[in-house]
Amino acid sequence: MSKTDKHYNDISCRDGLEILVGFQAMDNFLRSTNNKWFRHRLSVVTYFVTAAFALLFLRLFYLQVIEGTEYRQLSENNCIRLQNIEYSRGLIFDRNGVLLVDNRPSFNLNVVLSNAKPVESTIGKLSQYTNMPVDGLTSQINDIKGISCYKPFLLKQDIGRDILAAVEAHKYDLPGISVDVKPKRHYMLGNSATHLIGYLSEINANELKDKKHNENRPGDYIGKFGIEKSFEKYLTGKRGIRHVEVNAVGQVIRVLKTVDAEAGDNLYLTIDERIQRKAEELLEGKAGAVVAMEPSSGEILALASSPTFDSNIFVSGMSHDEWENLISNPNRPIENKAIKGAYPPASTYKIITAIAGLEEKIIDINTSFYCPGYLTHGNRKYMCWKRGGHGRVNVVRALAESCDVFFYNVGQKLDIDRLGWYAKSSGLGSPTGIDLEQEGAGLIPSTTWKRKRFGFPWTSGENLSAVIGQGYNLVTPIQLLLLISEIANGGERIKPLVVKKIMSPEGKLIIESKPEKLGRIPASQKTIDIIRQGLCDAVNKNYGTAYRSRFGGEIEMCGKTGTAQVVSRKQDESNYDKKITAYLHKSHALFVCYAPSNDPKIAIAVIIEHGEHGASSAAPIAKELVQAYLNPTNEENQTSSNEAVDYNPIYD
Amino acid sequence: MIDRRLVQNFDWKLLGLTLILSLVGAMTLYSAVTSGKSTIHDVLFYKQIIWYTVGIVLMIFSFLFNYKAIDRWAFIIYGFCVLLLLLVLFFGKYAGGSRRWLIIGPITFQPSEFAKLAVIFVLARYYSKTASTNGLCLSELIVPVILCMIPFVLIVLQPDLGTAMLILLIAASMSLFVKIEKKAFVFIIASISVAIPTIWFFLRDYQKKRIITFLNPEHDPLGAGYHIIQSKIAIGSGMISGKGFLKGTQSALSFLPEQQTDFIFSVFAEEWGFIGCLILLLVFFMFIARCLKISYGSRNPFGAILSFGITAMILWHIVVNMGMAMGLMPVVGVTLPFISYGGSSIIIILTSIGIMLNISMRRFLFD
Repeated sequence: MSKTDKHYNDISCRDGLEILVGFQAMDNFLRSTNNKWFRHRLSVVTYFVTAAFALLFLRLFYLQVIEGTEYRQLSENNCIRLQNIEYSRGLIFDRNGVLLVDNRPSFNLNVVLSNAKPVESTIGKLSQYTNMPVDGLTSQINDIKGISCYKPFLLKQDIGRDILAAVEAHKYDLPGISVDVKPKRHYMLGNSATHLIGYLSEINANELKDKKHNENRPGDYIGKFGIEKSFEKYLTGKRGIRHVEVNAVGQVIRVLKTVDAEAGDNLYLTIDERIQRKAEELLEGKAGAVVAMEPSSGEILALASSPTFDSNIFVSGMSHDEWENLISNPNRPIENKAIKGAYPPASTYKIITAIAGLEEKIIDINTSFYCPGYLTHGNRKYMCWKRGGHGRVNVVRALAESCDVFFYNVGQKLDIDRLGWYAKSSGLGSPTGIDLEQEGAGLIPSTTWKRKRFGFPWTSGENLSAVIGQGYNLVTPIQLLLLISEIANGGERIKPLVVKKIMSPEGKLIIESKPEKLGRIPASQKTIDIIRQGLCDAVNKNYGTAYRSRFGGEIEMCGKTGTAQVVSRKQDESNYDKKITAYLHKSHALFVCYAPSNDPKIAIAVIIEHGEHGASSAAPIAKELVQAYLNPTNEENQTSSNEAVDYNPIYD
Repeated sequence: MIDRRLVQNFDWKLLGLTLILSLVGAMTLYSAVTSGKSTIHDVLFYKQIIWYTVGIVLMIFSFLFNYKAIDRWAFIIYGFCVLLLLLVLFFGKYAGGSRRWLIIGPITFQPSEFAKLAVIFVLARYYSKTASTNGLCLSELIVPVILCMIPFVLIVLQPDLGTAMLILLIAASMSLFVKIEKKAFVFIIASISVAIPTIWFFLRDYQKKRIITFLNPEHDPLGAGYHIIQSKIAIGSGMISGKGFLKGTQSALSFLPEQQTDFIFSVFAEEWGFIGCLILLLVFFMFIARCLKISYGSRNPFGAILSFGITAMILWHIVVNMGMAMGLMPVVGVTLPFISYGGSSIIIILTSIGIMLNISMRRFLFD
């Protein structure tokens, strides 16, 4: 410590070390690094370094010496391939566990050109064994020559058992030819519940870019419509993978490693397959929709839209003509009319008018108006559907008989925006939130809407069309179903459910649907009771519009008929002949109902396009459905009640 | 100007090892890029020769001046590197899912490679002033943590997990080397073991999945797992004596991903076998030992810590890269020093060797 820095340069290395050891005493080794402490730390580092190199050495020894022969073999064959293991998509059952959608194996015939040499003779033999025309195969091969030599190319998809057997039997005579198995979606019901379940189709370029499909690859099938689409993330599984060793001609010698595919979750729908089929049977040959629901839980029991189509054609691929037929059909089979079709609510809207009138104190239970068959408003005569008139009626009887004049009277005093508020608060004119894509909104007009849309103010005459559900009003069948369910529930609006529960492939419960309250009809219990009485009388009193569809005794059904005048669509008409034009001018038939009246178990909305009268074509369908649901055993006995006296003309 | 003793003290052994390794590197790269018979890759070999030349010039330059200048310039170099890292995030070239390269005129380089050296510089400067035999206490660790986290975060954002992890490893090695107080050490270990499960809890499922795949590549047999299997086959198939130079089949048929960078060791191992690998390991071991000796010999704390930092950087590169190729570690983009293709990597390594030679030469100079 006595020496100064200046002297360091002149002393030898060894001397320097000794001098510097003197600094050891100092706490901070900053002054020097040459001390025991520093040396100790470096020697610890040396152990670490040695250990790290020893580890690398041991690993090398293991890979190259112990496992060397094994790896050499693998590398010489150059033979590790990756194979996908397709997952099985979740199954779909109805509420009682009846299987609706399944996967079946489908066999595809592939060729890997580089392995199929000599190609000519291989193709010749393939044709000989399978009876597939040699010309077709050769032209297919010529198309792909030079494009994908090393990758499997699909020769024929979904081959039959005979070709499969032939190829498997002559496997070793057919180099480069292979058969792979892929699960294919199978809709067991064919064209039943198609609109609800939906279908799968090949993923397109836009969907591939979407983040939610980042696990998908071109060629994958994904849900495109209905539940298949909206529950895609549960139904889809996870692809597995297999590392295999192949020989020179691409045949698998052994499997090195397998990561199993994970199956998708199984869905249990709320629909009852029996009711669904019944609804479709009743819609056969008609265009329209039937939706049925358990009012207290919101569980959809049946959701049928007619005409329908077979979902299976989307999976196996359809011809251009088949597709053209589907989309050019004037009855729009692809559209799910139950949630997308927008129709004038017609007389079913009188439920809203009655509620608004009662709640706004324009009328009460005792208020009655005289119906001479028409009402003069301004300088125009507004007709009641019943030419002779209904005489003096109160609100209950007006609902039962669907008296237009009574509601015209209410409409004269009712503000249209107020009426609209009651309709919207009851769920009309906006999507219900059902878990299906493409739900329609419908339309509940208001004064501001009209001014914006047409530039004219609302006229008081339009009030009179609005109160009986004509004019601009448009609703979807599912909205009407919710409205009638609200009446059945005493005012609660429950979200319609299509899936009851989701189970993992191992049978573990993942999600169980619970009734979800969406809101409440803005009406007092008293008002609702009055409406219920009116709806009850409409079916069960001999003056009711749906008297023909009453039950004999054990079940009391409540309902409301509707007949929606069709606003003609000029440009459409020119395309069809007279007979079709006449059909297109016929009114739509509507019926909403619930049963039994004291403890509602089922609510139904029926719309038959151009069915003319709600009472004659929509109500009987609802009746049969109620019958099938509540009284499945004695369906046959009940039909006799239709023979009852036909008091009412079928009109409203 | 040049002191006679500087020439006397020149570490010829380190230079010799460097040249041997560079030669092995050039040879292996030649095999990796030509055996696939694709002409595009040939260019890579000649490019690499240019990088070696540039690197050697920089190496010479970096032992000419007195390394103590680095002490003074450490923070300026560091600041410049952070600036480059920021520039990369905004103006960098986007390739293969990340933004790592800056293009200035004809030169494309990876600022994250330079950031490694910059972190070593500032930490060496800081620790040479603060370290004591008692070890660093918590408050003394705040600055190094910040110094290391800035480039770490910027590099993770690119994202380049491999380089970011390497910076953490280097910084941790240097801090442990200068000793951390027992209390502080226990505190750090405890807080890490609390933080990791907490962060894990807040991660989303897909993020968790990505980390699991990262740590266990076999989990993703399509991507990283496939590469690992192919790399293991390449290494294992070399057996004891190897398949011979230019006779590797795994690399020839392009089974190996990134065979000229991350998986270059697999190419070497396939062609030279266990014997070749053993020799390579030994050369690397001698190289590291030589570097540690330089650290040991340095009388100046800054020089000692700086040379230790550089040694740690090279060591971690070797261990992580080889470990990854042999399926011992997660697949991260870390190069094998001297051997992997890559301009920035070669230049940084050779510059570092220059600094090591510098420290070694001036071990008896005090000023």
